[in-house]
Amino acid sequence: MTTDLILFAVISVLAVATALAMLFSRNAVYSTLFLVFNFLVVAVLYLLLNAAFIAMVQVTVYAGAIMVLFLFVVMLLGAEQLSGRTALRWQRPLAVIFGGALLAIIGYVFLFRPAGSASLPPVPAEFGSPAAVGSELFQQYLVPIEIASILLLVSMVGAIVLTRPEKRKAE
Amino acid sequence: MNVPTAYILVLAAVLFSIGVMGVLVRRNAIIVFMSIELMTNAGNLAFIAFAREFLSTAGQVFVFFTIAVAAAEVAVGLALVVAIFKSKHSIDIDQMSSLKG
Repeated sequence: MTTDLILFAVISVLAVATALAMLFSRNAVYSTLFLVFNFLVVAVLYLLLNAAFIAMVQVTVYAGAIMVLFLFVVMLLGAEQLSGRTALRWQRPLAVIFGGALLAIIGYVFLFRPAGSASLPPVPAEFGSPAAVGSELFQQYLVPIEIASILLLVSMVGAIVLTRPEKRKAE
Repeated sequence: MNVPTAYILVLAAVLFSIGVMGVLVRRNAIIVFMSIELMTNAGNLAFIAFAREFLSTAGQVFVFFTIAVAAAEVAVGLALVVAIFKSKHSIDIDQMSSLKG
């Protein structure tokens, strides 16, 4: 129990620190790399929560594919740095106040009206393994997975159409 | 790992709030986008925590779908950012005020 808590504390401090570093980095490339690190830390947490398959998906799809796409666009546009000027002067303090208020409300609900029991049930051996998640996916959730594949196809076509070079409409 | 689910939910809430602040504070469109990803990730973390609590694979399956939708969203969103950059030569979201009423 104590070692689990220490492990969880280290992981949470790392996750929050990398998220804050992402938020406050001046350079967008550093922000992206900090977010990759944050996703890797959260993947470790998934692994400790007996979600091995989702942890691997997180590493390959999120930290791998999606963040590489982000990094690619940041470097392609060459827009790493923006000036810190904002059009609305009161926006920044108001954002911090509202974000803090949201956190206070959610934290109050989670800490003082606990959602679960204090100690978790023991895990069956196959829980969260690729075989278990895969059989669930392809038996009970077959239609949603087909819809997800159509969604990915549509988004791919959309991305290609959006970034296509403008054709001159001479005629 | 055997820690109370409430702690994991609080971690998810902290990450979500950092994402909210990122959307509200930063002016770089790509950073705003990454903050949205951070919020999605916090939601996924809550799903995984509840899947562990109730020993249900459905939570993990839902996270799988969330990641698929996030991938689609990023592809289209970054294409939009590139298109906006091509027309305005800036990704400062304060500049995108052409539709202001």
